[in-house]
Amino acid sequence: MYAQMVKTDTTSVKTREEMSAEERAFQDRVDADIKIEAKDWMPENYRKTLIRQISQHAHSEIVGQLPEANWLTRAPTLERKAILLAKIQDEAGHGLYLYCAAETLGVSRDELTEQLLTGKAKYSSIFNYPTLTWADVGTIGWLVDGAAIMNQVPLQRCSFGPYSRAMIRVCKEESFHQRQGYDALMKMCLKGTAAQKAMCQDAFNRWWWPSLMMFGPPDKESVHSAQSMAWKIKLNSNDELRQKFVDQTVPQAEYLGLEIPDPNLSWNEERGHYDFGEIDWSELFSVVRGDGPCNRERLAARRKAWDDGAWFREGLMAHAEKKSARKDTQKNAA
Amino acid sequence: MSSEDPLFDYTLRLGDSCIVLAQRISEWVGHAPILEEDIGIANIALDLVGQGRLWLDLAGEIEGQGRDADALAYHRDAGAYRNHLLTEQPNGDFGQTIMRQFLFDAWYLPLLKGLSQSNDSRVAAIAEKAAKEASYHHARHTDLVISLGDGTEESHDRMQAALDVLWPYTGEMLTADKIDGTLCEAGTAPDLAGIEQVWNDHVSKTLTAATLTQPESNFMQSGGKAGRHSEHLGFLLAEMQFLQRAYPDAVW
Ligand SMILES: [Fe+2]
Ligand SMILES: [Fe+2]
Repeated sequence: MYAQMVKTDTTSVKTREEMSAEERAFQDRVDADIKIEAKDWMPENYRKTLIRQISQHAHSEIVGQLPEANWLTRAPTLERKAILLAKIQDEAGHGLYLYCAAETLGVSRDELTEQLLTGKAKYSSIFNYPTLTWADVGTIGWLVDGAAIMNQVPLQRCSFGPYSRAMIRVCKEESFHQRQGYDALMKMCLKGTAAQKAMCQDAFNRWWWPSLMMFGPPDKESVHSAQSMAWKIKLNSNDELRQKFVDQTVPQAEYLGLEIPDPNLSWNEERGHYDFGEIDWSELFSVVRGDGPCNRERLAARRKAWDDGAWFREGLMAHAEKKSARKDTQKNAA
Repeated sequence: MSSEDPLFDYTLRLGDSCIVLAQRISEWVGHAPILEEDIGIANIALDLVGQGRLWLDLAGEIEGQGRDADALAYHRDAGAYRNHLLTEQPNGDFGQTIMRQFLFDAWYLPLLKGLSQSNDSRVAAIAEKAAKEASYHHARHTDLVISLGDGTEESHDRMQAALDVLWPYTGEMLTADKIDGTLCEAGTAPDLAGIEQVWNDHVSKTLTAATLTQPESNFMQSGGKAGRHSEHLGFLLAEMQFLQRAYPDAVW
């Protein structure tokens, strides 16, 4: 997901007997669906895990601007350009609220940015794939925002108040993005030329598997899930959400006339779900490790933006200081 | 009405300037110095695309050949573009981009206010709507120029360098040609002499507050309004128009 494979620093979930009185009271509140607020007592690992999860999510929004912005100056109509600008602006806005939510846990945005730029913090693997044609922009809206919604709708109910409230705001916009992405593809696939349809199929072929990887490793290898689920900062298992995504997306692809790039995909009457082929997990692990098609470019772009912008940030800060110093002198003179 | 109508060229100038400037600042999205600026610059680009569409749709209506904003934006070559040279200048560093916006807004906002009194109701309606957005841009870029000019030594020097580079492109916006004159007489557009006065006042006040020095040179570039552009516009359009050119029968 936007936060994949978040470490919890715990090896196993504590039993009630193993918990301190404070931990037990905390767990009782979580179990009773009472929101935890920033000022409330919380286990140190809960705090750390949430900082990791929220900041990974924020970083994903920020890095996620890049693949789509790659097509901003080449959008095929003025309306599509406006829609894409508005979408990317929303994503940056999501990054901003999420950094604010993380800041309530006692970490600064600058520290988090530092962690992103040094490669210490992760962001979603999906943004390390290139956008090669205009159809990629619609496909990202449809699949990537679609997968994000799948994960973030349940997170609206997560135990941490500021995160859950951020998710409520974010989800509204994400579903709008998904519809707009799908709408762009409908136009191309249903009303477009053969070349446009081929462009859409090619984009779908390239984004399908990486989208399924967004949900993280299979449950049997997902070592940190149990604790996150007990804390209600993860509400569904990776495989459960992935299945839901496949079930939702296959009919949408069929409507567009796109072929699913998976020879093993078939409807399983008994399960009431689609069966699908084995995901190449080595690809996910390699992208997460930093060896995806665009990891280096994405980080280099963010570093360049940050480094080249240092004089700008310093200039604004220096001016604000001068201004407040002048105010003080005026006050003292009066 | 037809392309002989001076209002056709006039609305192209406005529409093309908005679209070209939006195209330029879109290059910053995802690469700005701070997250708030990524958001701010995308927001301004969005406003300019919206205004550009309105002006170009009106231009198409005046021309009467069935061209809409997209046809005009995507299917004219550089020589048919009427944007001001200032808008097509490369971004430079972020300071140069902000300075370009500031110099543009200082002209565009008073012009829009004048146009909102136009005797052509279509022009007046677009101008009134655009002026609301432009006044926010105007305030934002004025503040940024003051803060960066009167910030650190480095930010001051960068803003001064930006001003020096862009200064020769400001004259064209303020100097009336035949089209400006005709439309002013007809009551469709305001007198540029009045706009120039407002521009001068605002720019000199802002530069003083920003501790920046107004360049002394009177040399001014011109030609954009007549379709004679710098070398930069061809590349900008090649990128912008790529899909429409490469897939002529496609629908998007
Ligand atoms: Fe988002
Ligand atoms: Fe989104």
